[in-house]
Amino acid sequence: MSDVINTERAKKQALGPYGRIGQSLNELDDRLGVARGGRTFMDKIFPDHWSFMLGEIALYSFLILLVTGVFLTLYFIPSSALITYHGSYAPLDGQKMTQAFASTVNLSFGVRGGLLMRQMHHWACDIFVGAIVIHMARVFFTGAFRKPREMNWIIGSTLLILAIVNGFLGYSLPDDLVSGTGIRIAYSIILSIPLVGSYVAFWVFGGNFPGTTIIPRFFILHCLIVPLIIIGLVSAHLFLLVRQKHTQFPGNGRTEKNVVGSPMFPVFMAKTTGFLFIVGGITALLGAFAQVNPIWQFGPYDAARISYAVQPDWYMGFLDGALRIWPSWTFHNWGHTIAFNVLIPAVVLPGLIFNLVFVWPMLERKFTKDNEFHNLLDRPSNRPTRTAAGVTMLSFLSMLFIASSTDVLAKFFNLSLNTVLVSMRYLTVIVPILAFPITYRICHEIQDLHGGGRRKTPNVVTRSSEGEYSATPSPRYVDDVPSHLEATPVPTYIHEEPEESSDSGVRVVDR
Amino acid sequence: MTDEHRTPVSLTGLPANDPHLQPAARNPELVERVIGVCFMVGTLCLAGFGACYWIDAQPWKLGATLGGGLFFLGVGIVAWGKYLMPRGPFVEERHTLANSEADRQAFAAAIVERGGGVVQRRKLLGGLLGGGMGIFGVVAMFPLLRSLGPLPKTTLQHTDWRSGSYVVDQSGRRVQVGDLAIGSIETVFPEGTQNSDRGQAVDQTVLIRVSNEAFTTKKGRETWAPHGYVAYSKVCTHLGCPVGLYEQELQLLVCPCHQSMFNVTNGAVPQFGPAPRPLPQLPLYVDSSGYLRSQSDYHEAVGPGFWERS
Repeated sequence: MSDVINTERAKKQALGPYGRIGQSLNELDDRLGVARGGRTFMDKIFPDHWSFMLGEIALYSFLILLVTGVFLTLYFIPSSALITYHGSYAPLDGQKMTQAFASTVNLSFGVRGGLLMRQMHHWACDIFVGAIVIHMARVFFTGAFRKPREMNWIIGSTLLILAIVNGFLGYSLPDDLVSGTGIRIAYSIILSIPLVGSYVAFWVFGGNFPGTTIIPRFFILHCLIVPLIIIGLVSAHLFLLVRQKHTQFPGNGRTEKNVVGSPMFPVFMAKTTGFLFIVGGITALLGAFAQVNPIWQFGPYDAARISYAVQPDWYMGFLDGALRIWPSWTFHNWGHTIAFNVLIPAVVLPGLIFNLVFVWPMLERKFTKDNEFHNLLDRPSNRPTRTAAGVTMLSFLSMLFIASSTDVLAKFFNLSLNTVLVSMRYLTVIVPILAFPITYRICHEIQDLHGGGRRKTPNVVTRSSEGEYSATPSPRYVDDVPSHLEATPVPTYIHEEPEESSDSGVRVVDR
Repeated sequence: MTDEHRTPVSLTGLPANDPHLQPAARNPELVERVIGVCFMVGTLCLAGFGACYWIDAQPWKLGATLGGGLFFLGVGIVAWGKYLMPRGPFVEERHTLANSEADRQAFAAAIVERGGGVVQRRKLLGGLLGGGMGIFGVVAMFPLLRSLGPLPKTTLQHTDWRSGSYVVDQSGRRVQVGDLAIGSIETVFPEGTQNSDRGQAVDQTVLIRVSNEAFTTKKGRETWAPHGYVAYSKVCTHLGCPVGLYEQELQLLVCPCHQSMFNVTNGAVPQFGPAPRPLPQLPLYVDSSGYLRSQSDYHEAVGPGFWERS
């Protein structure tokens, strides 16, 4: 018996203090030299703030898009070939439709879990674009785009454009009445480009609208080309994040020269993995309980049919709104037409907006003459001009977004369409102009506020036995008191026993 | 990356009772129990998802069990990381990424002096190669673009309406003078195109019976609307949506996409909204057998504006 124990013990000793896992890691390090970098990565510090998880929502909803999207490609047929439907959805039986539409209906009703996957895919897309926008707003208002992170701002903005484009492409694939109308509008927008518009439109659509090539082309763009670019840029985005290390808010011993927070392993990894599960769970719940894009109710696309209250997905709303409220200006002379009523709101305006977004870090650097490195974030109220500019842009986009539902608003408020449209024209100009000075003013008020940013504590009023009243402020909430614990580097070893006890003959085990 | 730019591996140790290593929770036992419950509920939900899938339950049951499972597991994992793992705070140094001046100069020298020298010594070769690459860049676009589709030529300027085309409805039935009551509307096509993509997209026309009498929508169109039948292109001049709503009382055609409104009695002049031009009117006549037919094609291009539109 003792022999066996000895061999076991000997085996254990031969494996070293970290057992089989340690042994495998050594084997890996022999070949790839990962020990040092791996340890540094495990120790990598992620600052804690709720707003830093907005980008994670975007990343994880993109993962959900990939997973659910792969499922959908197994059943979707990207073809404009006309067939007569005889499937499990009885109301459409006998109708003529494209294979794209029929296969989407089939994968919704005939494939186990198909409808859930389709709904999750659509919801994940809406969340993806939304999370990018909110993440971007966080980065903008806290000044996280400043040197050295301008490049990542540009990559992120490109990702927003790609997300919107791919969302539109995917939304168009089922070839239902609503999305087909969207493609019709996209075709007309391309047509409006001076000189080359009709050529580009014919090249994109393989001829006059609608043709039969647009669905297969959108499919390969939506499922392969654009996602590949997104994956590449997301990788670059994350690489830059790791290389340049995350920004942090000032306070509690945080400086320009350090990062304070939780280590990659295991704390951040646990939090972020759990968060992936939560985002997935919420997407699945939305897919289960909130119907989105019920194409079988819209019916197949037919260029001569139309539905009432046609709205695109939310992230296309600002474009649709701009198209609605832009006046009917057009140039028509010398045998040529320039449709300014389409060109300006649908081509020039988004071009200007995104270009402004792209160059903002450079603009700000030029105007503030601030060429320093910034790893500490700004409180938005401390940068009134930037904050006001951001609010102006967001309010402008919000007005355009609201303008995309003029018909619904008119119906809901029982107003004439004319009143709503004209009001939206004025509001789209006035609200952003007012937003700037108001935001600027509020920022200054917050700066002057005593104890701003802290939770208010109650004043306790007591009455003494003599009948005298006195008010004393109660102490600050525990969470608001800055931690007096000084941040420490992630330790290599944790001693099982307190160090001082080693003098008293107790063995210290380094594990 | 040289060694001195790497974050040095900390070789420090901390005693197990160091405050940084304590869980953030004030009552770890309670948190542990809550997390345990989360994991159990999550596992049950996921098992339920498997069962629902097996019996082919309704989609909402699949989603509810999958969503609940992922959500509760996720909440448990996050709570574990946030409340039961070492609370820190931990810190690491942030090293400047920039290299030393010498490193930078060496890098720049390699590109400017070594690389630039090669080109400067052989300016002609550099120019020739640059020219070749430029030409390649341009010609590479040709097959990419030109193979994608035909040239528009004049296809955008015309529809399939011809002199004498029979006016048919969506099912292909020829429309006769007595078919439509006053105030009714019908989507019509030139005979033979009603089932084609192009017919649907380009030739689609709204036929409205405004009155019993022939009437004039505009000067010069006196004969275009026989027996009160007037026909306009259904393709909106704004963005090409079908102008599908007819407001009979006000005699307006409304585009549901962006709410352009066209006056039916007045040559479909846009009254409201972003459309810049009237809907083109199709000249009609009634033949001796009482069928509605077109006098000719539209006199202008239908649909939204484009550069070549005259």
